[in-house]
Amino acid sequence: MTTMLPTKRETSDATVIAPTRRRSKPLRGRPGMFTTYAQELRLLNTRPKRIWVSFIVLGAVLLPFGVADDWLRLLAVGYVAAIGAIGLNLVTGYAGQVTLGHAFFLGVGAYTAAVISGDPDGRTLGLGITFLPVWLLAAGVVAGLCGLLVAPLAVRLRGLYLAIVTLGLVFLGEHIFKEWGAVTGGPGVGRSAAVPSLFGYELDQDGPFFTGMQQMYLLMLALLIIFAVLARNLMRSKVGRAFAAVRDRDIAAEIMGVGLTKHKALAFVVSSFYAGCAGALFYTVTGFFDPGSFNLLLSVQFIAMVLIGGVATISGSIMGALFIMLLPRFTQELPSLLPVVSSSPTDFPNVFQVESVLYGLLIIGFLIFEPRGLFGIWIRIRNYWKGWPFTY
Amino acid sequence: MSELVEVVVRGLGTGSVYALLALGFVVIYRATRVISFAQPAFMVAGAVAVSFLSDEIGYALAVPVAVLVGAALGLAVERTTIRPMIGKPVFVIAIITLGVDVVVRVFVNALIGTDVRQLGDPWGLETVSVLGIAVQQRFVASFVVTGLVVAALFAFLRWTRYGLAMRAVALDQEASMAQGVSVGKVFALSWALAGGLAAVAGAFVGTGSGIDQTTYIVAFAALPAIILGGIDSIVGAVVGGLGVGLVQSLVAAYQPDVAPWLGSNFQVVTPYLLMLAVLLARPYGLFGTPEVERV
Repeated sequence: MTTMLPTKRETSDATVIAPTRRRSKPLRGRPGMFTTYAQELRLLNTRPKRIWVSFIVLGAVLLPFGVADDWLRLLAVGYVAAIGAIGLNLVTGYAGQVTLGHAFFLGVGAYTAAVISGDPDGRTLGLGITFLPVWLLAAGVVAGLCGLLVAPLAVRLRGLYLAIVTLGLVFLGEHIFKEWGAVTGGPGVGRSAAVPSLFGYELDQDGPFFTGMQQMYLLMLALLIIFAVLARNLMRSKVGRAFAAVRDRDIAAEIMGVGLTKHKALAFVVSSFYAGCAGALFYTVTGFFDPGSFNLLLSVQFIAMVLIGGVATISGSIMGALFIMLLPRFTQELPSLLPVVSSSPTDFPNVFQVESVLYGLLIIGFLIFEPRGLFGIWIRIRNYWKGWPFTY
Repeated sequence: MSELVEVVVRGLGTGSVYALLALGFVVIYRATRVISFAQPAFMVAGAVAVSFLSDEIGYALAVPVAVLVGAALGLAVERTTIRPMIGKPVFVIAIITLGVDVVVRVFVNALIGTDVRQLGDPWGLETVSVLGIAVQQRFVASFVVTGLVVAALFAFLRWTRYGLAMRAVALDQEASMAQGVSVGKVFALSWALAGGLAAVAGAFVGTGSGIDQTTYIVAFAALPAIILGGIDSIVGAVVGGLGVGLVQSLVAAYQPDVAPWLGSNFQVVTPYLLMLAVLLARPYGLFGTPEVERV
């Protein structure tokens, strides 16, 4: 008897657990029915998602062959901004730690990359290592370490206190960037950005097959996909669930055994890593940047990307970033449509003012009317067609 | 010695501007538990109102009118963007105020233009002799006016019906509602008060030097002040504001000699460093009440 029992339990365990361990396929003809948690958690868990995502990625890859270089430049910058927005969404959306200090981490990344790849004999400090993965990772790591420095504050504070502290971080960063002329070139002068080169091949110069802008576009697209998939995978793992628990109620999470210190610190480090990488790439497209760029407005722009795109969604971050980065292109068209709006910066209703007002109004409007952002609008449309012709 | 006195007076003068702004933050926080990032825009709006009106009706009359403009602006913002969001997470409302700040500042900056605008104040850079030491009139004026405003605010909160209502709402919204306090009115009043206080701050922020499009950054130094004093304490706001102003002025006077490696304009960031130090040692400030959380 005593020897029989354990074997019996083993066999019964095996029959129960085996299906969950197997990567089981959805039932035939029932694509929406999940029988295991693993199915529910899959990266693209429904067929329409698989089809649409492949279409969008394919379209994005083919885009440079049909679109002019100035649009590619905008989109490439938009993709980089999306990497930064994903980073902000990890800490603010998923882990619920409100930070206005994203501009500081972008700046740290941008200067780390610029120093590593800079000209050793130039006016500003440089090491001359132009190999892209080296300076990209270094920028992320240095920014991540700065995030680790902020983490003790994040652990002690929460909510709006944290927002104020990170706001202070932006001002401190601005001061350091402006004063440390050897690295940043000083205010109003600036320095050249990191050189994107792979195996001795400079990607921003015209190559034998593609123009420089086409190469930059494809590079940014590839990096965005890598970073987005990494973030999505992290968020559907144990870490992501811990982040969500901390966001929803940090005390309750701690009581359940989620390490508060560890996960708040981790959220800041990962977010800063993303910000650092985004900062490093941000100015490679334009090639030049000024220490005054990393101000509060930049942080607000990233907050706007996250809120307009959709809090705690990766696809929303990408949508929001593209929306915000393409907005100036559309406001530039305004003077031809609305003669009241002037394109000269000295007149009263000029395009730059319209742009700023739009940032503000979009933040206010989305928060009041559609708190889930563009992603929420998409969910509404999807549910409408899913339930059609029924309205519920 | 005379230099030190001058520096202290300068610090108290700019500190009173911070104190007024900090009072606005605290009044809004006590009523709604939200930190309003729109205060800088209100301050600059008040300053612009003063600068336009002082040509027509003189500085002394322009300031009260600007206070009314600031209060009206606060009321309008509360009614349009804050009232629909009651019951939503405070972070969301705080970000809305950030959006309000961006929008309002665009219009205000358009009014300022690209140059420096003078406020038309009667003091300029003239000095007055106090106990044989020459100090700038504008700092004395802003300190005195702030003292009067703070005294009036304390009297209002202590002895009037609406003051009582505001204190009750700060303690417990639902309980005060059950006692017949109109919480909505208190919200509106708080925003109007904050707008008015910010406008007074605006009237003094540009005395002597004038205002330009970057003046709003001054108002962010009031955030360290409220952290220093405690985010829900009226006394803390005044003490924190004056303290921040004093430290900033002392650093501005002595840092270039003592520690030149910190760079020029280091005093601009000292409030934030002070804030970081305070938060690590005493997260709820000098006079604030520690937050009690339940699961």
